[in-house]
Order: sequence, then structure tokens, then C-alpha cells
Amino acid sequence: MLELNPGLILWTIVTFVIVLMILRWTAWKPLLAAMAAREEKIRASLDQAEHARQQAEALLEQHRKQVAAAEDQAQRIIMEGRAMAERLKTEILEKAESARQHMILLAKEEIRREKDAALLQLRSEVADLAIGAAGKILDKNLDTPAQRSLADAAIREITKG
Amino acid sequence: MFVPVTETTEAVADSLHQAAHGGGDFAQLIHHVQDSHELELPFLTIDLPHLPPFTVAGITFDMSITKHVVFLWVAAVVLCVIAVTAARQNARRDAPHGLGNLVDAMIMFLRDEVVLPNMGKNGLQYMPYLLTTFSLILLMNLFGLVPFGASATGNVNVTAGLAIIAFVMIQASSIKAQGVKHYLAHLTGGVHWGLWIIMIPIEILGLFTKPFALCIRLFANMIGGHLVLVSLIGLIFIFKNYFIAVAPAGFVVAINFLELFVAVLQAYIFTMLTSLFMGLGMPAETHSAESHGH
Repeated sequence: MLELNPGLILWTIVTFVIVLMILRWTAWKPLLAAMAAREEKIRASLDQAEHARQQAEALLEQHRKQVAAAEDQAQRIIMEGRAMAERLKTEILEKAESARQHMILLAKEEIRREKDAALLQLRSEVADLAIGAAGKILDKNLDTPAQRSLADAAIREITKG
Repeated sequence: MFVPVTETTEAVADSLHQAAHGGGDFAQLIHHVQDSHELELPFLTIDLPHLPPFTVAGITFDMSITKHVVFLWVAAVVLCVIAVTAARQNARRDAPHGLGNLVDAMIMFLRDEVVLPNMGKNGLQYMPYLLTTFSLILLMNLFGLVPFGASATGNVNVTAGLAIIAFVMIQASSIKAQGVKHYLAHLTGGVHWGLWIIMIPIEILGLFTKPFALCIRLFANMIGGHLVLVSLIGLIFIFKNYFIAVAPAGFVVAINFLELFVAVLQAYIFTMLTSLFMGLGMPAETHSAESHGH
């Protein structure tokens, strides 16, 4: 166990150096390189994910703002529309009211004018009739006091209206 | 549990008599922990080749393929297969899965918990060395827990070899990080030149004690666990009694789990301390500039 054996020492050193030389190029370097590459990849992926997250967050914020603005605008448009409708309604109502009043006035005027005209015409026609009738009566027996008073009354009646 | 006292005493006396005469079952047990020239597999024993030793600079190298060399190679081959498979898997898919994930977790742990805190970003270039150290030691430790296996790290020569490599890496990384001039200046401990005669030997000694501690720590921890197991199982053979065997068997299972933990822990400690010693040789400002920069 403890006796010194230079041959075995030499064998150990030779074996170790050979193993080191073999593994250095065929195993350790590729393994270390693969490990470094993987770590680099993971780091890059994490960075990328973080970047993407930030981007998404910014985008979301932007959208949120846009939606809020749009909502605001919609609200304003609705309000404006409502106000305008209200204004229009009152305006139209007012206009209609005044038009009605005007038309009523015109109609009344028209009616009055028509009535006056009709009365005038009627009067003249009644007068003509009365004169005609009177002429006919006069031709026969105008002297009859009863007839006379009848004609008078009729004329009066007509002229009164 | 009733055991006749006289019988037990006789059994123990017999066992001790056998052991005193160099033999018996216990000697065979300790044999499994030691290095040997034969490989024991179920139902067969393979004799490993003896190679003629040669001498270089007064040191005799016996390059025979012993049991521990075989398990060193087994660990090395298994490590290569696992690591290369994991590398292929991880290159193919984005998210590691199964074996690739296991190796990936180990690499990430070593990088984030060992290399970066001890050496800063400058230490990442030594990742392949530290990864090989950790995984090879871990596999060698674990093969000691496999039936018919042996842990090569339970041999002081194997850990010495690992420590020599660690020593070289510590000095090399230090010289590379601060240059030869500063490296040598560091050996004076930054004291007045009159004290150099004391300081320089201490500093140079310090260079060697660190890897020496690494070597002994790993070896002792691995062999220690095995010796506890041998001793517990040895109790059965000493008492030669089935009733008494129950208790050591239970303990052995518990110690095996402890060994599993120690196998991982010692591989971690060896790697962590190597990384720490390498980090100590790197100028502090490189650390802070690198870690606080950007």
C-alpha cells in the first residue's frame, strides 16, 4: 500500500495526460461550448421576452388611451346630437306654432272677406229679386195693404242679415 | 443472542494463532485492498503481465500492469465513454437530458462553485484539467465500491501521480498568470533580503507540502474506508460465528454508503484545493478586475 512504486506513478501521469488530451478536444471543450451557448441563448430569450413584454405593455397602454379617447368622443357626439335635437325640436315646434297662428289668422281673414263678399253679393241679388218681385207685385195689386207690408217686411228681413 | 462463551473464546484464540503464523482468512482479506499482479474476477483469476523494470536516473521504474493500473485504465475508459457520449448528446439538443444532463450538472457545479470563486474568470482555461481530475478521481474512487473492483486512488502511488500533475499545474498557472519574475519574487515572501535565507526554503517547502497533502489526503481517505470494511468483515472470520456475523454485516452496509459519500467528497476536495492553490498563484487584481468588471 505505502511502498513507493515509480512505475505506477508514471502510469498514472501518462494515463491522466492521455485522458486529458482526449477529453479536452472531444468532450470538455464541446460541453463547455454547448453550455455557454445554451446560457447565451437563455439570456437572449429572457431579454427578448422582457422586451416583448414591455412592447406589449406599451401597446396595451396606447390602446387603452385610444379606447378612452374614442369613448370620450362618442360621448361628446351623443351629447352634442342630443342638444342639437333638443334645439331643433323646440325650433320646429316654435316655427310650427307661429305658422299655425299665422294660418289661423289668414283663414279668419279669408273667411271674413269671403263672408263680406257673399253678403254683398247676396244683398245685391236680394235687392234685385225684391225689385223684380216688387215689380211683379206692383204690376198686379200693389195696392193691397197686406201685400205691401209683406214685401216691406221681406226686404227688411233680407237687408238686415 | 446466545453464544456459548467458551466456544467463542476458542475460535478467537484459533484465529489469532493462525494470524500469528502468517496466514488465515484475514490475510486474504487485506490482500484485496493491496495492489497485486492478478485480477480477480468472478470464477477466474487473471494473471497480469510482469514487465521488466528499467532504470532512469537512478530510479527503477517497474511498468508492470498491476491491478491498480488496470482499474486506472478502466476508470479512464469509462470516463472517456461517458464524457464523449455526453458531449455528443448535448451538441445535438438544446436542453440536456439523461447522461448529458448529469455531466452538464457536474461541469456547471465545478465552474460555478469551484473555479469561478477560487480563480475568477481567468481560471476557466483550466476547466478541462480540473474536470478531468475530478471525474477521473471520482470514477477511480467509485470502482473501489464495485464488487471485484479496486480503487486505484487507494494506492499512494496513484495519488502521488495526480499530486505531481497538480504541482505542475499550480506552478504553471502561477507563472503564466504573473510571469517568471513575479513568480520568483513571490518565493521571497516579500520580506527584507536579510530574511531571504529563512524565507526562501520555507516558501519552496510550501510549494511541495500542498500537493503532498493532496496526495496523502486522497490516499488515506480511500484506503481508510476500505480498511474499516476489511476490519469489520475480519471480525466475522475471527469469531467464526454466524450470529455475530449479523452485526458486522449491518455495519459494512452502512460504511459502504459512507464510502459512497466519501468517494464524491474526496474527488471534490482534491479538485477544489487544486483550484484554490492555482487561484492563490494568480494575482488578486486579475480576480477582482474580472469579477467586478463590466
